[in-house]
Amino acid sequence: MENNGKLFVASPPHLREGSTTFKIMRTVSLCLVPAGIWGVYVFGLYSLAVLLTSITTSMLTEFIVVKLLKKEITLYDGSAFLTGLLIGYSMPPSIPLYVPVTGVVFAIAVVKHTFGGLGKNRMNPALAGRVFVLFSWTGPMTTWLIPKTGGAADAVTGASPLGFIKTGLLDFKGHVNGPMDFLVRKGYPFTRTDIDITAWLNQHIFSLWGGSVKNGYIDLFLGNIPGSIGEISAFLLLLGAVYLFAKKIITWEIPVFYLGTVSVLVWLFGGLRYGTGLFHGDVIFHLLSGGLILGAFYMATDMVTSPLTGKGMFFYGTGIGLVTCLIRFFGGFPEGVSLSIILMNVFVPLIDRLTVPVRFGFVKGNYPAVINYKIEGEREPDAGVCPANCMNNNKPRPEMK
Amino acid sequence: MKKLKTFPKGGVYPNDNKELANSAAIRNAPIPPVCTIPMQQHLGAPAKVLVSPGDAVQEGMLLGEASGFISAHVHSPVPGTVKDITSVVLTDGTTSEAVIIELGGEFNRSGKNIQPVEWRNLSASRLLEKIKEMGIVGMGGATYPAHVKYTIRKGSHVEFFVVNGVECEPYLTADHRLMIEKTEEILEGTGIIRKILKPDTVLIGIEENKPDAIAVMEERIEQKGLDFHVVPLKMKYPQGDEKQLLKSLTGREVPSGRLPIEIGAVVSNVATVFSVYEAVVFNKPLIERIVTVTGSAVTNPSNLKVRIGTKISDLIEECGGFKIRPKKIIAGGPMMGFAQANADSPVTKGVSGIIAMPAGEARISSETPCIRCGRCIRACPMGLSPAHLYKRIDNRHIDAALKEGLMDCTECGSCGFVCPAGIPLVQGMKLGKLLSGKKRA
Repeated sequence: MENNGKLFVASPPHLREGSTTFKIMRTVSLCLVPAGIWGVYVFGLYSLAVLLTSITTSMLTEFIVVKLLKKEITLYDGSAFLTGLLIGYSMPPSIPLYVPVTGVVFAIAVVKHTFGGLGKNRMNPALAGRVFVLFSWTGPMTTWLIPKTGGAADAVTGASPLGFIKTGLLDFKGHVNGPMDFLVRKGYPFTRTDIDITAWLNQHIFSLWGGSVKNGYIDLFLGNIPGSIGEISAFLLLLGAVYLFAKKIITWEIPVFYLGTVSVLVWLFGGLRYGTGLFHGDVIFHLLSGGLILGAFYMATDMVTSPLTGKGMFFYGTGIGLVTCLIRFFGGFPEGVSLSIILMNVFVPLIDRLTVPVRFGFVKGNYPAVINYKIEGEREPDAGVCPANCMNNNKPRPEMK
Repeated sequence: MKKLKTFPKGGVYPNDNKELANSAAIRNAPIPPVCTIPMQQHLGAPAKVLVSPGDAVQEGMLLGEASGFISAHVHSPVPGTVKDITSVVLTDGTTSEAVIIELGGEFNRSGKNIQPVEWRNLSASRLLEKIKEMGIVGMGGATYPAHVKYTIRKGSHVEFFVVNGVECEPYLTADHRLMIEKTEEILEGTGIIRKILKPDTVLIGIEENKPDAIAVMEERIEQKGLDFHVVPLKMKYPQGDEKQLLKSLTGREVPSGRLPIEIGAVVSNVATVFSVYEAVVFNKPLIERIVTVTGSAVTNPSNLKVRIGTKISDLIEECGGFKIRPKKIIAGGPMMGFAQANADSPVTKGVSGIIAMPAGEARISSETPCIRCGRCIRACPMGLSPAHLYKRIDNRHIDAALKEGLMDCTECGSCGFVCPAGIPLVQGMKLGKLLSGKKRA
């Protein structure tokens, strides 16, 4: 046989499914694009500048930090791009540019790289960056623009539905029929589109069951409300999420347990503040407003900072839902999605330790339910110290003749 | 349609690529002028060489004698003279003592009409003895000596004897062809093993991607009025692993660190069963096996009947050589097989396939950091956390890794298959096992 040139020797398996970190990041970014386009369309070109500033700063910071740490260039994995994109999406449209820049630098340099870079960060960098600037510049971070499609003239500021209700309820005593009714009574503006579509739906579809819906939900669903650039259109975000499910990049557990918990808690207690009592909360209003959809499908599902197993995801998702509702009902902020997610991010190592999968060949009862990962006298593995003969040195494996 | 059985936990769905070779009938590979017969072709202690250079050997003559409880005899696949006794590199990268035989003289078996033995007249212990004499080992890959597996401890009772026709490794079609072409022989072989083990039930597990094999097996069983049950299984890798196969078929889990007999089961590959048949009925030692030579770099993918000791390169030559330059040559299946540095290693009893992949087909991915996606955990059929174990081993916390189930790892490769970061997880597990062995010694 003639010599076949160089053969590549590597350990099995010799087949790969073909998914890579870059492909995952690329798909998530692509799924976010429609919602971003909508944001730029309704809030004007300045919001595009916010997005682009976030993304470029993010990639630049990543590059510089990695250079300073003398690591291999990691820009190609796409994670810095996605972090920048997500921070841009969670900024109010009229934000001064130094705010996202600060948030991004904090996210990449502090939250991500002080812990060891991609895969080792304990909090979602994008959310931690956003929360950092939220506490630093609370004023600009809670100043919203009314969307162009809302019929307003350029650059009119207004409250987001959640913020409007939060301030409105402060000294409210009495009885209204839920948050939508409250908004209507206080003269919160709805768009023509919303009024027309709701009327049509009520006439042609809901009349079949003899019911009707209030105005406002369509605005929430389509994104005709004040809010962060990328979070307002629940519809377009859900569209992208469907694709993520189809591509198996996200699994059902986190969104379902998160949104499920929020739904149950809102249904149970959401009505109390409006004087309608238990079991009368407005679930749809809470699901569609604020950053819940963006958070549940794109941020809580971040692989690095979420639990490994389905069981772990149950505790994680439920926890986020609980904290989100606590903040929305009782907190000083109208919205609690980002805070609740990074809070639960911190618990992920603990959750993982308590939700080790059941091994094959262990009959129930005979098997210790919790494996104690900590072995006596053992040093916790850390990212920084790696022995000289460590096999994870990222060197290309030798090609053999 | 009835829902097909499979194992519930983990598993992956690689493209099976069996169409390359699954319609190629088994044909004889040419007998090489020089055969290299390693003494370590099975799990356990290597065989002890019985010949010395210059000796004349007959076809089927004993070359090496089993040298321990878990060991197996090795026979000469060809007549000729012993040229040398040397050390060779096997397909799995280990080295073994080997007898080099130069072909010469007359074949006393091949081409001759050998009178079949009526095995029904033989006692179970005599059958078992014959299997030992003929050097039969498990031919699915693990090469566990068959006579050891079939020696049931007193007090143990075999409920199930399972014939493994799953062949879940992509590309490989050797077992598939064998089931179609040698159906009667496999069923006879199953009967022989049943006489030894006296199981309550005999099951034949075949994955649904081999409908012709399922059909022909069922048909013959019905014709002969046997009480074997063919069970079609849903396609899922690694169903051919005996632990997963038993879970699929019986719903029972082999306890961690134990053998299938603990749950009353014995599993044998169809190729093993066929060899048992030949050994008992024709007194033929294990000197031949079916090897699939495939992959898109090979001109004519084929299923060859190969003499043990033939070089890989000779088989590729027989299949018309390469049509594209290969980037990887794999001995075994693509999920668990070994990449070869050259094509000079000999075929041994456990080599079921040779796969040559060109650059595009053999995925060579670079390693990036673990992003904790958890896919390896979802893929692991043994319920382990591969990335976590890898980190343990990377940090040399071998004791912790052992406690978390390192030894349960079957190295099936499901974790490495799904890993988006391209982390060599299986390599890590192998390293961990190696280190743990060193530590104990």
